[in-house]
Amino acid sequence: MNEKLSVNAKDKKTIDVLVVGNGMVGHYYADKLAGLGGPFRVTVLGAETRPAYDRVHLSELFAGKKPEDLALTSAEEYEAKGIEAHFGEAAVSIDREAQIVTTSKNRKFRYDKLVLATGSYPFVPPIPGADHQACLVYRTIDDLGRIRAEAQFARKAVVIGGGLLGLECANALRNLGLDTHVVEFGPGIMGVQLDARGSQFLQRMIEELGVHVHTSKATQKIVPGRDTRLSLQFADKTSLDTDLVVFSAGIRPEDTLAREAGLEIGPRGGIVIDYHCRTSDSNIYAIGECAVFGGMVYGLVAPGYRMADAAVSQLTENKIPFQGADMSTKLKLLGVEVGSIGDAHGKTEGSVCYQYANEKKCIYKRINVSADGKKLLGAVLVGDTSDYDMLLQYALNGLELPEDPETLILPDTGNKPTLSSDALPLSATLCSCHNVTKGAVVTAMDEGALSLGEIKKCTKASTGCGGCAALLKSVVDAELAKRGVAVNNHICEHFAYSRQELFHICKVERIRTFPELLHRYGKGLGCDICKPAVGSILASLWNEYVLKTEHVGLQDTNDTFLANMQKDGTYSVVPRIAGGEITPDKLAVIARVAKKYDLYTKLTGGQRIDMFGARLHQLPAIWKELVEAGFETGHAYGKALRTVKSCVGSTWCRYGVQDSVGMAILLENRYKGLRSPHKLKSAVSGCTRECAEAQSKDFGVIATERGWNLYVCGNGGMRPRHADLFATDLDDETLIRYIDRFLMFYIRTADRLQRTSVWLENLEGGLDYLKSVIIDDKLGICAELEAQMEAVVGTYQCEWKTTIEDPERLKRFRQFVNAQDEDPQVVFVRERGQIRPAREEEKTVSEAGV
Amino acid sequence: MNMKSKIERNPKDLGEVLLCTLDDLIPGSGVCALCEGRQVALFWLPELDPAVYAIGNYDPMGGANVLSRGIVGDIGGEVVVASPLYKHHYSLRDGHCLEEDSVFVPVYEVRVSDGAVYCKVPG
Repeated sequence: MNEKLSVNAKDKKTIDVLVVGNGMVGHYYADKLAGLGGPFRVTVLGAETRPAYDRVHLSELFAGKKPEDLALTSAEEYEAKGIEAHFGEAAVSIDREAQIVTTSKNRKFRYDKLVLATGSYPFVPPIPGADHQACLVYRTIDDLGRIRAEAQFARKAVVIGGGLLGLECANALRNLGLDTHVVEFGPGIMGVQLDARGSQFLQRMIEELGVHVHTSKATQKIVPGRDTRLSLQFADKTSLDTDLVVFSAGIRPEDTLAREAGLEIGPRGGIVIDYHCRTSDSNIYAIGECAVFGGMVYGLVAPGYRMADAAVSQLTENKIPFQGADMSTKLKLLGVEVGSIGDAHGKTEGSVCYQYANEKKCIYKRINVSADGKKLLGAVLVGDTSDYDMLLQYALNGLELPEDPETLILPDTGNKPTLSSDALPLSATLCSCHNVTKGAVVTAMDEGALSLGEIKKCTKASTGCGGCAALLKSVVDAELAKRGVAVNNHICEHFAYSRQELFHICKVERIRTFPELLHRYGKGLGCDICKPAVGSILASLWNEYVLKTEHVGLQDTNDTFLANMQKDGTYSVVPRIAGGEITPDKLAVIARVAKKYDLYTKLTGGQRIDMFGARLHQLPAIWKELVEAGFETGHAYGKALRTVKSCVGSTWCRYGVQDSVGMAILLENRYKGLRSPHKLKSAVSGCTRECAEAQSKDFGVIATERGWNLYVCGNGGMRPRHADLFATDLDDETLIRYIDRFLMFYIRTADRLQRTSVWLENLEGGLDYLKSVIIDDKLGICAELEAQMEAVVGTYQCEWKTTIEDPERLKRFRQFVNAQDEDPQVVFVRERGQIRPAREEEKTVSEAGV
Repeated sequence: MNMKSKIERNPKDLGEVLLCTLDDLIPGSGVCALCEGRQVALFWLPELDPAVYAIGNYDPMGGANVLSRGIVGDIGGEVVVASPLYKHHYSLRDGHCLEEDSVFVPVYEVRVSDGAVYCKVPG
């Protein structure tokens, strides 16, 4: 939120605000009010012994997270903000006349304004036997502690309730290694958010993950089981044995305190509030799940935050109302993407529904459109929520739909309509994590923030989950264009050209050095953006030794010292192990070298061995030994080809159909040393089982009975992307020809630090265009691309071999030019039998000492 | 001139020490020298006048002695080095960090004379 709240100035005396409840919403309120400054003295009462924590991610406690990882605040943080907080102390009564709250410790707190954020409690249906010790609920960290304790005696567990929370809970139980079942009273799971078909898709997918789902089951009683602790008896006379039951059959507002104080309570429970979030007592507010607004309890955290925003604003001059909240939601349940927007079931009269269902890929999408076909009423997404943000904008802002609304959810064949950011009204929410509207972004730009970085900093947009990054960028670009600020793709302030343009200039003008390029096409001295980019371009074009005097200043430290700098300034060393194949003798060499220089060794994801903790001056000696034993540099430091992983293939494997190791070694040796806009990774699998994970690589090869299938532009890591199938059943020669062309075309046209995955996504015409260039030679450049690759392959040199043979170059590998000393601040300690960098408190040597 | 690990006092000016020769520096890049126990990052930018700059080698944002191994250049007219750790930029003229206003690295006075590089010993 970026609003400016001013405090009522005429009343300068202190206002005591007492917040009862320290869940997510109560915390949000207290934190926000305290942050305003002003005359408020904020006191918080929390019934749980812990300060507020993130309940949404509770199941992660069974996936390795600790309670403190979920903490939203701490006693110290509250103290620093001037909030008086008491944990493990519940409010037990309110004296509204005297404006005093009494606590479980029989202490009394006076208030001017009281805020009830008491939350909700899990509903346990009145089933005989539900009071058994092994029948639990799922809401607090303590509940999870109880579940964990009971799970020790359990092999099988049942969640009663197949809603959002129930499935989260099932995930938690599965993470504990239990045979997990979900029992749902209704005909389908997540019945509130999903339609019947979507629910079926989700059910199938989570059943494939090993969670059993039983729908249309009314539990009548819980009795002791024959071989298990418990047995559920259903109304249809069937039963289900289990050792543990967790109820997740909905929530009920925790309104006891308010009820006993005589505040107005809704017919089905909940403290009734108006759009100021005020209860029937004008000094008392209620927010979050304990409140009922317009007959509705909002069981999601985002509406709770909006209530807190509204309630805080009532104490200022700038009052904002709470007018209900959108219950659209996008989340991952047991790893399955699920999204629900507005009228998901198509209950609006006359609504027209469009569906896309793909059983092979487990994707289901549905949109509900108004009778006139102009407005989006709601949507259901299962298995793929990539369209969610766009659909939500259509629904929330009442934007007019394209003529064929189904194109919005059909697979993208290049004709998918894109939502123009100009069409969005100023009130459109771009970032739902921080509730940033398009208007807030435009205001920030009016106030001078013109770069994406500045806008993110001052609005917080796109700093939560980051899901809106693309939308934010398109809004910002469109706004910049409107203001006449050209959206430029200049690489940096020194060159008014993109990387692609610089590549072209260097090639056509045969420019071989940075000063020459800077002199003719740039200005200033250059910087850490353009220098390495140009260094890479020159290396791709002319493939000269990267440490030549005229190139050395262009390289990042990793390229300068041909090793990867680590956090303490030491380096790691990675020799090439092509295809991951290595002899025992060579393994012994690595072992000997690592032992001699006391290096920390670890296997990498790319099937090689990384040695850490080498000091600058040790690098040449280490490499001398490695080179003499026949190793080459692995280019782990460069924006270059890293590894070509392989599975063992037809040579050994019963299933392999081609020699994947042989092909991986051939490819790795062919492209080793190739400088590119970003690193390149590859893999070759010997059969369709795909053990080498080739589909997550920049270029991946999978063996078939008839040859090789080529996949391109995949990625793992931070932004995974499944590679696209590019060509099938290729012979060795054609495969290599296509890869030659593909890589050179990427090197020529990509932006700086743009991986192949993003490059393809930005390539106009997409995969089909790429195929037409590489396979059909549409641009008539394939011969040139191949010749260029041949030149690079033919001029390969191991940079480390060249370096250790040249005394001039070795001069660089000194910590100090005028002393033999080592850097005293590089200190190691031993852990699990190897070295690691000492933490600050473990270092005994002072900063200045030598 | 071939430098050993000894640091010699320059007889002409007792406030200075002879660090190394210009041959020890790398045009368009940096090296590190020890000056009375301090790690000094030396940069040689032949196209500028003065051409040699010296700042502390310790990157306070990254927490390691690495600045001599960064890339030099200019940002908005300021001559800077980019730390190899997290790419913070430090001014070679006054040592301030471009990304964090309150962070500075020490700056040392250097002088080149007859191919030798002298550094004023900090007080």
